[in-house]
Amino acid sequence: MSDRLFPNKLAGYLEYMYVYQDYDQRLLDERVAQFRDQTQRYLDGKLAEEEYRPLRLQNGLYVQRYAPMLRVAVPYGMMASPQLRMLAHICRTWDKGYCHVSTRQNIQFNWPELQDVPDILEALASVQMHAIQTSGNCIRNTTTDEFAGVNAKEIDDPRPWCELIRQWSTFNPEFAYLPRKFKIAVNAVPDEDPALIGVHDIGVQIVKNAQDETGFQIWAGGGLGRTPMTGEVIGEFVEPRYLLAYLEAVLRVYNKYGIRDNKYKARIKIIVKAMGRDKFRELTEREFAELKDGPITLTEQEMERMRASFPAPSYSSLKDLPEALEQALSSSKAFSRWYHTNTRAHKQSGYRAVTLTLKKTGRVPGDITDEQLDVVADLADRYSFGELRTTHQQNMVLADVRQDELFDLWQALDSLGLATPNLKLLTDIVACPGGDYCSLANAKSIPIAEAIQHRFEDMDYLHDLGELDINISGCMNACGHHHIGHIGILGVDKKGREYYQITLGGRGDKVSRIGDKMGPSFESDEVADVVEKIVKLYVELRHDDELFIDTYERVGMEPFKERIYGPAN
Amino acid sequence: MAQLIKDGALCENSWIRITPEDAEGIPANGDIIVSLSCWQEQKDALKDHNGKVAVCLSPGQEPAELADDLADLPMIAIDFPMFADGRGYSYARELRTRYAYQGEIRAVGDVLQDQLFYMWRCGFNAFDIRADKDASEALKGLNDFTVTYQADARDPRPIYRRQPA
Ligand code: HEM
Ligand code: SF4
Repeated sequence: MSDRLFPNKLAGYLEYMYVYQDYDQRLLDERVAQFRDQTQRYLDGKLAEEEYRPLRLQNGLYVQRYAPMLRVAVPYGMMASPQLRMLAHICRTWDKGYCHVSTRQNIQFNWPELQDVPDILEALASVQMHAIQTSGNCIRNTTTDEFAGVNAKEIDDPRPWCELIRQWSTFNPEFAYLPRKFKIAVNAVPDEDPALIGVHDIGVQIVKNAQDETGFQIWAGGGLGRTPMTGEVIGEFVEPRYLLAYLEAVLRVYNKYGIRDNKYKARIKIIVKAMGRDKFRELTEREFAELKDGPITLTEQEMERMRASFPAPSYSSLKDLPEALEQALSSSKAFSRWYHTNTRAHKQSGYRAVTLTLKKTGRVPGDITDEQLDVVADLADRYSFGELRTTHQQNMVLADVRQDELFDLWQALDSLGLATPNLKLLTDIVACPGGDYCSLANAKSIPIAEAIQHRFEDMDYLHDLGELDINISGCMNACGHHHIGHIGILGVDKKGREYYQITLGGRGDKVSRIGDKMGPSFESDEVADVVEKIVKLYVELRHDDELFIDTYERVGMEPFKERIYGPAN
Repeated sequence: MAQLIKDGALCENSWIRITPEDAEGIPANGDIIVSLSCWQEQKDALKDHNGKVAVCLSPGQEPAELADDLADLPMIAIDFPMFADGRGYSYARELRTRYAYQGEIRAVGDVLQDQLFYMWRCGFNAFDIRADKDASEALKGLNDFTVTYQADARDPRPIYRRQPA
């Protein structure tokens, strides 16, 4: 399309991630034209509401409490700085100056006008971004570890596989009208689950077999929302070239046998449970046998092309703990605290991966403004090869920062309000948009997050408490992943009033586990008190450095229940 | 006005769809589309019908049910009671790939412009557009995209097996 609003701004960027070929770009441009036409036909009354609805949903457009919400895809959470600048531009031009990082690594805009959406998509397309399949009953954005490629523990880089899945799932003609949404996540770290594959419709765990060959263990049937469940292994070891054949087999079984007459039973988890894992596996294997070695089999050339699309950046050879860093660590307590909390070890010596926490008290968890985005884009260019990631905990990551530049970066981030040293601590709260935006909400989430953050403002105390995940959802759709919070908070409706149910012991770190319900729910002004009591009891019960989740797993629910509700008769 | 799109063009529809309710009154002559149950019950009689006979699969009725009859059927219709029920896409793909079915595969029911491209890629080559819609407008839906990543009924190769352009 020659009449672009914006010239392609990516020339020279995107060296370290998949670069669009002409055909990838053409597909996006054609999509923009298609959606523009669909929206026009809707506005002209030629498309009925119920005909347009699935079309806009497949393009990430919800109709919300006050305005539409547009969800933009961030494939496996990776972006380049011009893309960040474009998001900033969209915030300024078509929204209210901010956007939101979602729990599936995507970006959401809360205030666009329906008729502007085609222009927004055209702007996004000029930087190789889109909103394709970010909602609706189709295959959604594939997510992974935000430290992919720099995580010393990973056994392979998951991103090339994510990109292969992205292309296979994009406008896959057979799977555009599934029974329900379908989410895939890929993890390459053994014994940890940074991508939450356990609670995805399909989880792809990259593994090595006894011969040290790489392959995929395939999980199916996880998911949150109503009836939360963790998935089960259905494929023990799928060879790399058969990845897409296997996924296609699973999707075909799901498309044919998933429940369609009850949307609360329509996720894959329900049929995996209902027919049993063995039966589901048998049906999948039957489809797989036909697809295997057919044209969908990946070619060596294609796998190599994808691997080559994610090269390691041109690192300098540096040693760990350079003098500049040592000095800064000993002279600034604030920097040192941030360094230990918000940065982590890197594959490459002399570098660290830095998390930008979007969790400053008083700000909506996961929100970021246009000005912050612009500065973050500059910081990415200056300190991290022009690249940035989003995390499912609603934060952002600069993955490749030189250790001798950490102090300068910290100062810049601190003045932006993006260096709160609370990563993984109690105030690093994950919360869905809730009743302030969402028309499905039973209750608000954002003010609850804020009330809890205010209650725990003492950084020394927070650090003493250690890692503690709090997740808040405004209703059982679980967009805030409350089931996997160590402390989960769920908005419920009791006779038209906002109440909150609390779960304990969920986790989404080493393994995925669904939390246990504590008991009757609380009013909104009680929630922070209850959290405080839970935390106090944990401090009384913990052994040495034991984390909250470990104490919970050791002592169980009873002591907590008794402390909150009084002794059981 | 013609509501049928076949092989990329509008055309007249010579077929009459016999729903299960009026299976009693099958006309003596003409091309008919019957339900799966009607076909299964009256297969032998239908073979003597004066006109062509096709079978319509509804969601939940898989192509496997017709595996032994495919050679006798010039057309298989797949019904979309609601366009959002996507089972028919898998059925069409199965007919084309697993069973190498060469006859017409026709989408009937809630068949609309914005799904045509996907349907076509899954192996449908005829579309009976919903009566209240303008089929000549709907026809445009077949040309929404020039780029596809996956294998489909037109090109059995996914993008990574096609020659670089
Ligand atoms: C209309 C307003 C809605 C908003 C603002 C909203 C927001 C979100 C957000 C931010 C996420 C992370 C998703 C992503 O980035 O892909 C999410 C995920 C999720 N959403 Fe929503 N959502 C909405 C509607 C719904 C609806 C209609 C449902 C289901 C009936 C739903 C169920 C879920 C579930 C279950 C998850 C994640 C958990 C899982 O994997 O099962 N949401 N939503
Ligand atoms: S969990 Fe419920 S309230 Fe929160 S965003 Fe999702 S649908 Fe809305």
